[in-house]
Amino acid sequence: MPASNAGLTNKVLAVYVKDLRLELRSRYGLNAIFMFGISSLTVISFSVGQAALSTKVLSALYWIVVFFSAMSAMAQVFVREEESGTAMALRLTTEPNAVYLGKLFFNLSLLVVLVAVITPLFFIFTDAPAEGIVNFLLVMILGVLDLCAATTLIAAIIARASVKGALFAVLSFPILLPVLIVLVSATDKVWAGSSLGEVSKLLQFLLAYVVIMVTASLMLFKFVWED
Amino acid sequence: MWWKILLFLVMSAVIVTGFITEAPQKQIGEASRIFYFHIPQAWLCVVAFAMSAFYSARFLKNRKLIDDDYALDTARLGFIFCLLATITGSIFAKVTWGAFWNWDPRQTSIFILLLIYGAFFALRSAVEDEDRRATLSAVYSIFAFVTVPFLIFVVPRMVTSLHPTDSVIDENLKFTMGVQVRSIFFSSLAAFSVLYFWMLSLTMRLNRLKRKQMTGTD
Amino acid sequence: MISSLNLELRQGESVAITGPNGSGKTTLLKLLLALLRPSSGKVTYYDDDRVLSREELRHRISFVSPYLSLYDQLSAEENLQFFTAVRGGNITGKNIDSLLLRVGLDGRGMDLVSEYSTGMKQRLKYAVALSNKPDFLLIDEPSSGLDDSGKAMMTALIEEQRAGSIIIIATNEKEEYSLASQQCRLDQ
Repeated sequence: MPASNAGLTNKVLAVYVKDLRLELRSRYGLNAIFMFGISSLTVISFSVGQAALSTKVLSALYWIVVFFSAMSAMAQVFVREEESGTAMALRLTTEPNAVYLGKLFFNLSLLVVLVAVITPLFFIFTDAPAEGIVNFLLVMILGVLDLCAATTLIAAIIARASVKGALFAVLSFPILLPVLIVLVSATDKVWAGSSLGEVSKLLQFLLAYVVIMVTASLMLFKFVWED
Repeated sequence: MWWKILLFLVMSAVIVTGFITEAPQKQIGEASRIFYFHIPQAWLCVVAFAMSAFYSARFLKNRKLIDDDYALDTARLGFIFCLLATITGSIFAKVTWGAFWNWDPRQTSIFILLLIYGAFFALRSAVEDEDRRATLSAVYSIFAFVTVPFLIFVVPRMVTSLHPTDSVIDENLKFTMGVQVRSIFFSSLAAFSVLYFWMLSLTMRLNRLKRKQMTGTD
Repeated sequence: MISSLNLELRQGESVAITGPNGSGKTTLLKLLLALLRPSSGKVTYYDDDRVLSREELRHRISFVSPYLSLYDQLSAEENLQFFTAVRGGNITGKNIDSLLLRVGLDGRGMDLVSEYSTGMKQRLKYAVALSNKPDFLLIDEPSSGLDDSGKAMMTALIEEQRAGSIIIIATNEKEEYSLASQQCRLDQ
């Protein structure tokens, strides 16, 4: 049904633009994510700045910074709706899929901004190899997609829980661990000079994970949202 | 009643024969006997998780709180089996590889399963309202279950293909498993499974009675 | 909490739900809005004989309540635009102006809602509720936060809407009983 799809696109866009606008006015998520990312990068730089680290260690450090920075702000997009009492209005006026997809794209934008700032700094602070940068970017983009795909539903869950605290990281970590292992391994390989062909299995894994997580989220989100 | 006696006999037979017959894997030797007990535990850890996802889905469909009780029951049992599998696995790792923990892909998988169970319980304790707790934990349980194929089939295979030295048992045993080993192993697997379903049906009955009592006194 | 209730309304009919605090007025509204699931029983909306799906209902129902908040960090106009867009529609600047004029917020459309007083927020909620020309209008505590001119505006609005839609009002103010054509009292 193309008509209803076009309708959904507009609704998704409305939610996404609204969240972007709120974010630009409060800058809560951006501030949190940057403070977290830059603090942890600084710690890394101070502690290991001069040491020549293997690409294996560097890739682990990189994804640890990205993962925990993301954790600091990605639940906000749902928590904000619940805490300001606007979730009810949203629930009454639009379909769950529009909310989920709008928030998914918002989180994606937040994370893209994060890696766009963190990655150059990471290359400056550490001696991560600059060759193979195109392959690295591909791995990075897939990683960002994976992080968003898995955490947006969890953000919706914790926004509905009575105690939030560290719950977001607690719930996300086990689901993302396989992805993080593969991401670290793929980043290590492209930094060590592997071609895309050599890491294609890993890339397929990352892509399959995005597809499965988004599909599962679309099926499950309405239960979380409308309960 | 008869099957309970049978279960007792089979379990005893598995334990006795597991120790008096020849060790199932020649290279590893005596330590490989743990295979008769460790693998059924790991297997049930996944089965219990699948059952939890099943009852979670049924809860989301029918909205009966008893299904949420069942999902919790099987998750608790699964957690116990998961712990047992982790402990037996790391004892084996100490004996054969020299360290209790060395992030072999299989160890990673079971560790993530432990974390998922832990996260499931943490989520349940963080939601006060009964209906909402049931819904949120059901969604989480299904969502986490979707990642299990990645844990069990994809990650170990991918990482072993990168570090081919690690795991010896799985590759070799498939080819070297003789009739004797096979019969002990599958008896053990069956006995453990029956044990699990028995324990599950007991806790499920307990919960049905509790629910009945609650609606009765209201 | 609510044990037995049978209520049937047709176009042009309206009902005031009354009852002491804690009798379940808000709960009943939430059930009608499908924000809560009834433990037994059913809420059904019809267009002639056809049952409306949840998706269709979203386009045709509006709710005004002290518990329902609009976006503080958006202006009144942006709120109106947003709530029309997430329903899948769009609203012209002229419509926005006339809605704001209708609720007495003309000239304040560009201000952030966080700068509004409680009464102005309530007025804006009416504007948002009317923006989709609802067939079903549910109102919890209609005069919450409104001053005298606000109350007059609200009364006129409801009078105007009554002919074309079904209106359900939950209230404890005696003077608001007359906003609806019938009354339904909930007892504890």
